[in-house]
Amino acid sequence: MRDTPAPTTAAGPTGGGRRFPLSWIGAVPFFAYVGLFLLLPTAIVVIGSITAPGGGVTLSNFAGIDKPFMSKVFANSLGVSVVSAVAGAVLGAILAYAVVTGNPNGLLRRSIMSASGVLAQFGGVALAFAFIATIGTTGFVYVFLKSHGIDIYANTVWFYDPPGITLIYLYFQIPLMVLVFLPALDGIRPQWREATESLGGSTWHYWRYVAGPLLAPAFLGCTLLLFANAFSAYATISALLTNGSNYVPLQIQALLTGETEQSQPGLAQALALAMVLIVVVVMTLYALLQRRTSRWLQ
Amino acid sequence: MSKSRRLKLRIFRVVVLLLMGAFFLLPIGAMLEFSTRGNDVTSPRTLDAWVRIAQTPGLVKGIVVSLQLAVITSLGMLALLLPTMVWVRLRLPRISRIVEFICLLPLTVPAIALVVGLKPLYVWVNINVTPSVLALAFAYLVLVLPYSYRALDAGLAAIDLKTLSEAAQSLGAGWGTVMLRIIIPNMPSAILNASLLSVALVLGEYTVANLLNFQNLQVEVAYVGLTDANTSTAVAVGALLLAFVLLMVLTLVGGRLQQQHYIPGQRA
Amino acid sequence: MEELSRRYGPVVALNELTLTMAPGELVALLGPSGCGKTTALRLVAGLEEANGGRVVFGGKDVTGLPASKRDVGMVFQAYSLFPHMTAMQNVAFGLTLRHKTADERKKRAGEMLELVGLSGFADRYASQLSGGQQQRVALARALAIEPTVLLLDEPLSALDAKVRSRLRDEIRRVQLEIGITTLFVTHDQEEALAIADRVGVMQSGHLEQLGPPTEIYSRPATPFVAEFVGLTNRLAGEVKFGMVEVRGTQLPLVQPNAPTGPAIALVRPEAVSLAAEAAMGNGPLVGTVIAVAFLGATSRITVDLGDGVTVLAQMPTSAAAATPAGTRVRLALRDDPVLIAREEKASGDA
Repeated sequence: MRDTPAPTTAAGPTGGGRRFPLSWIGAVPFFAYVGLFLLLPTAIVVIGSITAPGGGVTLSNFAGIDKPFMSKVFANSLGVSVVSAVAGAVLGAILAYAVVTGNPNGLLRRSIMSASGVLAQFGGVALAFAFIATIGTTGFVYVFLKSHGIDIYANTVWFYDPPGITLIYLYFQIPLMVLVFLPALDGIRPQWREATESLGGSTWHYWRYVAGPLLAPAFLGCTLLLFANAFSAYATISALLTNGSNYVPLQIQALLTGETEQSQPGLAQALALAMVLIVVVVMTLYALLQRRTSRWLQ
Repeated sequence: MSKSRRLKLRIFRVVVLLLMGAFFLLPIGAMLEFSTRGNDVTSPRTLDAWVRIAQTPGLVKGIVVSLQLAVITSLGMLALLLPTMVWVRLRLPRISRIVEFICLLPLTVPAIALVVGLKPLYVWVNINVTPSVLALAFAYLVLVLPYSYRALDAGLAAIDLKTLSEAAQSLGAGWGTVMLRIIIPNMPSAILNASLLSVALVLGEYTVANLLNFQNLQVEVAYVGLTDANTSTAVAVGALLLAFVLLMVLTLVGGRLQQQHYIPGQRA
Repeated sequence: MEELSRRYGPVVALNELTLTMAPGELVALLGPSGCGKTTALRLVAGLEEANGGRVVFGGKDVTGLPASKRDVGMVFQAYSLFPHMTAMQNVAFGLTLRHKTADERKKRAGEMLELVGLSGFADRYASQLSGGQQQRVALARALAIEPTVLLLDEPLSALDAKVRSRLRDEIRRVQLEIGITTLFVTHDQEEALAIADRVGVMQSGHLEQLGPPTEIYSRPATPFVAEFVGLTNRLAGEVKFGMVEVRGTQLPLVQPNAPTGPAIALVRPEAVSLAAEAAMGNGPLVGTVIAVAFLGATSRITVDLGDGVTVLAQMPTSAAAATPAGTRVRLALRDDPVLIAREEKASGDA
């Protein structure tokens, strides 16, 4: 299937300059593989997005993004991503704090971390089903509340609208936040709190001057991560909503499966590239903030 | 800590954990409830839906396929990443940054965007390599790179690779021996971790499979869900609980490994 | 501290410890891990609550007060500084909490940094400072608020040996200059003896002995103290008629009521002297030099007495030169009163 890895050259003694070309062989399988299955598809996306229908370089494919319909789609995606990121970050941070203040080796912490690991990766299909079963129109929470006189869908079935989607996204955003933010919380040393106390500071002082500033980059970075996560999510909305709905990933899906009129062949690539660029920017900021955090808290 | 502060903290923890616990357990409970519903609202609970899993060829096929993909991807990941990472650490330390960058790259390329570029590539793969659904493993290996890299990197960092391999080589061991008998046995939890993360990702993967027109577990679940929601839900919650148990086992077994820095990238 | 007690479940960390410190005095609490010295310090600081007893600062009972109201300065063993603040900001932090103006803060912090010899490092972050420098900044920070008491929790334990000895003298210098009452916790007896006005040796939650360093060293009150502080030879002997006979030599006893019978006498290496024997016969105190350890001004000689017993002798290096390894020597034990170890076990590590 693939090349087998090749470091079978016997480990020679230090061979000076002669060794250099030989060492590179060991890295070839890896680079060949990622070159084929990661870099090539990425290149296809990039090149495809700037290729005009008849050949030649063009930016016209991106014009499709500017149209009112598509801008609404982007706004929608961005909106849901931002809200679920911020809400997920705040709630996740609170949950992480509740976890980290307990026994580091206790059962509670381990089960929550395992559960978070699973839920953060929760395949969107199952998640969609889960929420339909919970607060969908036949879901038992809805039925339960209705039988007690509370109809949460009295005005409109918001379940399939952005508010509902945002709520559903929280289901994997919060665990994700716990996973990535907890290490930062762990890095807070008890000595800092004690030092603050001995210098005359109260709890409020501690959070305002010490813990707050120390955790701010981590918190911000994790929020950005959650944003990228929500923005990239596909499976949940694919399972829940009809094709071609107002989210960027679904637009790409529609174009790929040829369900909308295919008058814009490069549009899928353009959309994909736009997504990549947004996520790249966000992740770069995240990486920078992580560096600051690890300098202080590791 | 003063007594009052301890008390306040305890109350806070209880409240938060209860509320969050409810929020997260509710949908799981709902799935269990849904998958055990009888035909009417008044019918008793039944495990019919669960039994039907084995009777639905599509689902069975999906489960089998995904398990196969999980194994292939894990093994492939180990075979590709581990030797490379060891080699780079020992012989090419200058490109370790590049390797790290590449391994973390899939995090910045959303699956939905990547699949746009994979589609034409897979047309070629289907014709020239294999049309089987197992070809998905090629793409999956790329998707698991970030997590596996981090897990293996932590494991490699924890053992003094240079000293160990030099000691082994000075005693006459060749590379194969060094890898198999020295390195791998010294990082069992990292390897286990990387593998389980890969398995979890593959079992939950939907996007790439769906858009490349392959039928894996999640795709089948969605498909069957259109007609037989109960059974689909049963599969979904079953997979979820299985993954949870696996990860719990991992934390108990690999408890000695120091904190992993879990990088996410929801492939939902 | 008066009769302080602290229990963790069934474990008694501190058992009615009572200690009174004079103003401006530096008292070192010395003992092995788990002896309760850190617990005592934290109780004085207010970071933990006592199960019994009181803490009194200059007549004022602070037992019920939390740490933030006790007006203590504290230096920790590790992770002392706030990583996101510069040295200056760290030092000024206590002043910030007390709402001093920026000018006051700058002035005072500057003074403190100068006091510890780090004036030029004001804008450095913790990650840019060495371990020793970090601890000095921590000291400056603790002193900036002009506390009543200065508390140091093994501040030197995480540092390299060379840095340690230099820094401990620094700490003593600063402490004397300011004249602040100080409690210093350590497991390193050399540190404690070098800088303290009084040393309190602790074991298992209580004070074994409290007194000036010279007294602790040359007149240990209990076998534990004798073996924890400095080196000791454990020599088998027999208690008879109020003296202990060790290998043919009669030595007076510290404990006049020691029970008659076999016992272990604790003899300091400095009390052992050597005379080169030219192949004389064997006696209970005749043996061969097996090693000479050069320690600078003094040397430590290990002598094998033949029947499985080795003895350490310590003397000026010039004298040690006369008996290199391999020499047959006769030992003489000075007639200082010795302690008798109660049990046959080795107590704690030095």
